[in-house]
Amino acid sequence: MQQDTPATSIVSLRDVQKSFGSLKVLDGVSFAVERGEVLAIIGRSGSGKSTALRCIDRFERVDHGEIVVCGHRVDSPDVDLRALRQDVGIVFQSYNLFPHLTIEQNITLAPCSVKRMALSQAKELARKVLAQVGLEEKLHAYPEQLSGGQQQRAAIARSLAMQPKVMLFDEVTSALDPELTAEVQRVIERLAAEGMTMVMVTHEMGFAKSIADRIVFMHRGKVHETGPASILTSPTTPELAQFVGTGDLKS
Amino acid sequence: MGGHLNFNHLLFLGHGALWTIGLSLIALGGGGLAGFVIALARVSPLKSVRLLSAVYVQLIQGTPLLVILFLGYFGLAAVGFQLSPLAAAGASLTLYVAAYLGEIWRGCIESVPKPQWEAAEGLALSRTQRMMKVILPQAIRIATPPTVGFMVQIIKNTSLASVVGFVELMRSGQIVNNSLFEPFAIYAIIAVVYFAMCYPISLYSQRLERRMGRGKFNLAPA
Repeated sequence: MQQDTPATSIVSLRDVQKSFGSLKVLDGVSFAVERGEVLAIIGRSGSGKSTALRCIDRFERVDHGEIVVCGHRVDSPDVDLRALRQDVGIVFQSYNLFPHLTIEQNITLAPCSVKRMALSQAKELARKVLAQVGLEEKLHAYPEQLSGGQQQRAAIARSLAMQPKVMLFDEVTSALDPELTAEVQRVIERLAAEGMTMVMVTHEMGFAKSIADRIVFMHRGKVHETGPASILTSPTTPELAQFVGTGDLKS
Repeated sequence: MGGHLNFNHLLFLGHGALWTIGLSLIALGGGGLAGFVIALARVSPLKSVRLLSAVYVQLIQGTPLLVILFLGYFGLAAVGFQLSPLAAAGASLTLYVAAYLGEIWRGCIESVPKPQWEAAEGLALSRTQRMMKVILPQAIRIATPPTVGFMVQIIKNTSLASVVGFVELMRSGQIVNNSLFEPFAIYAIIAVVYFAMCYPISLYSQRLERRMGRGKFNLAPA
């Protein structure tokens, strides 16, 4: 479903509202992500940042407001979900690799079954995306044989194989120790350098500061403050000041 | 009348035992196929399909197998559908096994962690592809030990088919006893034969369960 959108916006949310029962998790959220931009969504647990991210890929339905992603009207009930998800890659906190498949099979599954790619071509692609995340030698390993950091990098590679126009990262390093976090962050930094459009929910303030073109600080279901990464060092609202005050800004 | 247990009697019992195995395989095959459909229906996105399959499962699970057998053999005959003992027993057991296997397998499908669905969804796989390529392969691993274990129930339950005159192991025992009047010896033999069929399967099921615990991959969410 292609529709008119501002020429460069890959993702745009306008006045998005979402409640779980009586709990209002998103209360009029608006932001946009331009092509090639890296947007980091930060905020306390329960501030609605993960929900906002999941709304972009339609893992949550919104109650009100407009979401346009790569030309797809995500808030519309008849959005073509499979077309949307070919344009959007998502990586989760818990990796979610398929345990019964090798890393190669994890990666080739979607290109083969969704894009009808020939297996030989998909295997070539698997090699290529695994090289991008530095895991070529794990092609034939099962997910369980990999460390958490390696699993997360493999999950990123699996997403990349679908050649998405935008990547969503939902607290992808939260389950990892600092050393493994660093290796996953290096992969994401390389993607950013290559010009990938990315939206990430993160608790790593140092990482957000170093990689994000723009920060969205969410507080009680609203975008409380937004701006370039410098707002982390010189916040204008007391809530953000208090939030980063408790975070770790060493990078 | 009377006489002693001879080779012909044992041959007759052996023949009955083969039919017990045959009927079990029919029940497992038919019930397995139908149970697979029930399991998929129980997790269908359509509410009406879920409801209908749930009603079926509850109905069968709340009815003794003996009653289902009577309905299939005597009941249907009374309204003009005379089934052979084999057809009546096979159909009744299929209906019965389908309900139980359907329910066991539904549980296995649902025990695949929800993030696996989401990851497959995020990769733009269709619902059928998610089910066939991501969920079912994991569910089948989980389902194997309880399914093998349920085989024991099937084998023992085929003995009820004797009441509609189907000559499986139990019925052949009754027939032999009718001529020899040695119920203790004969039913002891029958019991031993059932045990010999069921125990190896029980053992195998236990072994599968233990192997699951330290499998090449575990299915716990990371």
